[in-house]
Amino acid sequence: MSQKLLTSAVFAGLAAGLIAAALQFYFVIPTLLEGELFEGGTRVHFGADGSPQSERGVPGLGGEWGRHLMTVGFNIVTYVGFGFLMLAAMALTEMKGFTTITARQGIIWGLCGFIAIQLAPAIGLPPVLPGTIGAEVEARQAWWLGTLIASGLGLWMIAFVRGPLALVGVALLAAPQLIGAPRLDTYWGVAPPELAAQFVTYSLGAAAVGWTCLGFFCAYFWTREA
Amino acid sequence: MNATTKTIARADVQLMPIVFAALAGAMLLLASGYAQASVLHDAAHDQRHAMAFPCH
Repeated sequence: MSQKLLTSAVFAGLAAGLIAAALQFYFVIPTLLEGELFEGGTRVHFGADGSPQSERGVPGLGGEWGRHLMTVGFNIVTYVGFGFLMLAAMALTEMKGFTTITARQGIIWGLCGFIAIQLAPAIGLPPVLPGTIGAEVEARQAWWLGTLIASGLGLWMIAFVRGPLALVGVALLAAPQLIGAPRLDTYWGVAPPELAAQFVTYSLGAAAVGWTCLGFFCAYFWTREA
Repeated sequence: MNATTKTIARADVQLMPIVFAALAGAMLLLASGYAQASVLHDAAHDQRHAMAFPCH
């Protein structure tokens, strides 16, 4: 049983990480590299003449294969890590008799994982293009970690707790957003707003697919008859 | 008496792997998303941006 828990997490993380990486290289990474042109000053938006106009177009992926290989590798590490946590939650929920996991149900687990780990923190701290200056990284990490724990627990309570106590889950979802993420008093962005917005939607879109796949594969490998 | 012992033993076997899996997951995420050591940070940079981990 314990070995299956570990192998399921590794296989699911590997599959979801590769799918997420493929989507990132098609959508997210080119936008990120275009953002770096503005970060490095190769392109300038909000020019000295006051014009908010600049050339559009993504650069190629370039020849930095080592860098891109690291991105794929760390995607797999990240998704395997989340796979371990998701399967721990699934197994604990099953052990306590709240539900019996099925592969189809795994899709819902994945979507909820996306909401708790990606969407909820992104409401306060949107994914940032390189070159964007933020508040103290320690403060942002603390808010980010608190938000994903509270949101994950909140969704779990809404799904599995019966009676009025389930409303505590709603409060847990709302609390981090009402407290608010650490912010600076000024704007610093050098990239076009359209590019930053596109980066956010691509990033969340890729994560939504990655997480849905992760939930499905975790449940699929976990429940498969060996 | 016997049954109680068995139940506790089974619960232990099930709970320990779950705790281990959760810890393993947390360790992997610490490395890929949280650690600020510059070698790790540079290697994981693009992925951290793409996953919206608070990066730098």
